[in-house]
Amino acid sequence: MAKILIPTPLRPYTDKQDAVDAAGATVGELLADLTRRHSGLKAHLYNEQGKLRSFVNVYVNDEDIRYLQKEQTPVAAGDTVSIIPSVAGGAETTIDRSVRQQPDHDLPTLTNDEVKRYSRHLIMPEVGVDGQRKLKAAKVLCIGAGGLGSPVAMYLAAAGVGTIGLVDFDVVDFSNLQRQILHSTPDVGLPKLQSAKNKLNALNPEVKIVTHETALSSQNALQLFEPYDVIVDGTDNFPTRYLVNDACVLLGKPNAYGSIFRFEGQASVFATKNGPCYRCLYPEPPPPGLVPSCAEGGVLGVLPGIIGIIQATETVKLIMGIGEPLIGRFLIYDALRMRFRELKLRKDPDCPACGTHPTVTKLIDYEQFCGITAAPEPAKVNSATELTSLELKARLDRGDKLTIVDVREPNELQINRIPGSLHIPLGDVPRRYNELDPDAEYVMQCKSGVRSGKAADFLRSVGFKRVLNLKGGILDWIDKVDPTQPKY
Amino acid sequence: MTDCRLTVTPSIEYAIRAHGQETYPHECCGALLGRDGHVSALVALPNTTEEGPRRRFLVRPTDYREAERRAAELGAELLGFYHSHPDHPARPSQYDLDHAWPTFAYLIVAVAEAKATDMTVWFLKDDRSSFEEGTLNHGENPHPDTAEAVHR
Repeated sequence: MAKILIPTPLRPYTDKQDAVDAAGATVGELLADLTRRHSGLKAHLYNEQGKLRSFVNVYVNDEDIRYLQKEQTPVAAGDTVSIIPSVAGGAETTIDRSVRQQPDHDLPTLTNDEVKRYSRHLIMPEVGVDGQRKLKAAKVLCIGAGGLGSPVAMYLAAAGVGTIGLVDFDVVDFSNLQRQILHSTPDVGLPKLQSAKNKLNALNPEVKIVTHETALSSQNALQLFEPYDVIVDGTDNFPTRYLVNDACVLLGKPNAYGSIFRFEGQASVFATKNGPCYRCLYPEPPPPGLVPSCAEGGVLGVLPGIIGIIQATETVKLIMGIGEPLIGRFLIYDALRMRFRELKLRKDPDCPACGTHPTVTKLIDYEQFCGITAAPEPAKVNSATELTSLELKARLDRGDKLTIVDVREPNELQINRIPGSLHIPLGDVPRRYNELDPDAEYVMQCKSGVRSGKAADFLRSVGFKRVLNLKGGILDWIDKVDPTQPKY
Repeated sequence: MTDCRLTVTPSIEYAIRAHGQETYPHECCGALLGRDGHVSALVALPNTTEEGPRRRFLVRPTDYREAERRAAELGAELLGFYHSHPDHPARPSQYDLDHAWPTFAYLIVAVAEAKATDMTVWFLKDDRSSFEEGTLNHGENPHPDTAEAVHR
């Protein structure tokens, strides 16, 4: 027998006694005996799944059982067990209002076909018919139908999210197929939205696919987001990421965020009423060019699968109002080490977007905010510093004495190479330029002409007189001169 | 089983409104002490929620114990808790319902743009299905200094 101390609100169920006896060797057994003796307590201590409610704290001699052995914590004769309330509450949040609180009669009903399709959901009490109807009523907007957008849209469609919007304006390219599983080989050349819609309709004809074939911008974002309940950010660049964040904060819509690079991914849920936003984490964007995009740095094909499915999971949880959302938590996934890390993220009261005194009150020019200036007009070739593939070919054919220096990484040279080129990776140029002759003529070359431009600038700065940059890089060379080589 | 009535004196009411305005735009919370549905003292408690104090409040078990201890000291009972809804109506949310204790009075004060407005009181139904709105009586002030707010 042990003594259990009963808190004030539960005393009506124990004949007004503030302490009662119960039998059992563990806390779990003791509480079971307690609820047998005082049956009115059960509904208040345990939830529908038979678990102790989160706001019910049980202490054994002043120790919270969560830090002992939970309900298996042993209780000896003479121990005192206390039930101590946490008292919690609060106002409605967006999700409470928009989805969770929606009265049942407003939710669409399920057809017999849908019941069959979603039966593995319906048999779980956490989802059930009500949860499935919430999914059916929900509208989710995916920004991007690429690496992240593919698994997000496919799983949301499979799960029965009633309306899925997709924003993209790209065309399917061979280089997409390594990871963007919405698209298949026959789709190459088609608009991504067309290919996505075909795929998603085939997977689940019950869901409505709304395509927005446009570039997301400050002008159209608020209008585009307005009808949706949750926004899923699957973008690959900083201006759009800040744009999505700010629009979500301004509209009070949750942002299921994900990003990927090389072997690493990140995910979180931003811009909920009470949680932090992307700007609480990164108030300012990195300087342009510091963080390479996936097109420059590469990405492991399966990586967007994992991160996108985390975004989809969070979206589904937000809609149904179950579980612990990834709010105020920043998940970092390392595919090579196969590790997840979680950082705690707090809402910053000084955040320019969601803080106490926000300075971002409307959408701004995000290209400018991220330090990206408009691309200059395709200038004519500056013959003093650049040459084209055809000019290079002509000069090589003439037998001019010049050396091509390929500044790409070694793995890139395994894909394609201009015959006869010298290889010095860009990062090694400052260390190895003395291998070159300052008076000889060099043509610097990389994939598309950006890195080689930097290398050419460097060589000129250290006194090289005749350095040219191959405009358009090896890609242009393959297009114009040597189509037998593969492009990447 | 619960008598759905709560009586608060003007000074208690004033102290709750003041607390809600002080913590705006965050939620405030505290305990209501007294006897037989008459609130005679308050214990203002820290809002320890980690889910964003603009929309949530949490009274830790240690603070709950402190409130019970204060009640015993004053020869009173713990009647319930109050909290504010910044820029939201004084109606309980689904979250309030999910976390509610039986028999307690849940007093909610709406604070709109830093100004306390409506005040309502709610009691959990025995089957936990919803709240029942109680009657909030505005009693006389027997002792002007009984509205004791213990800010910690």
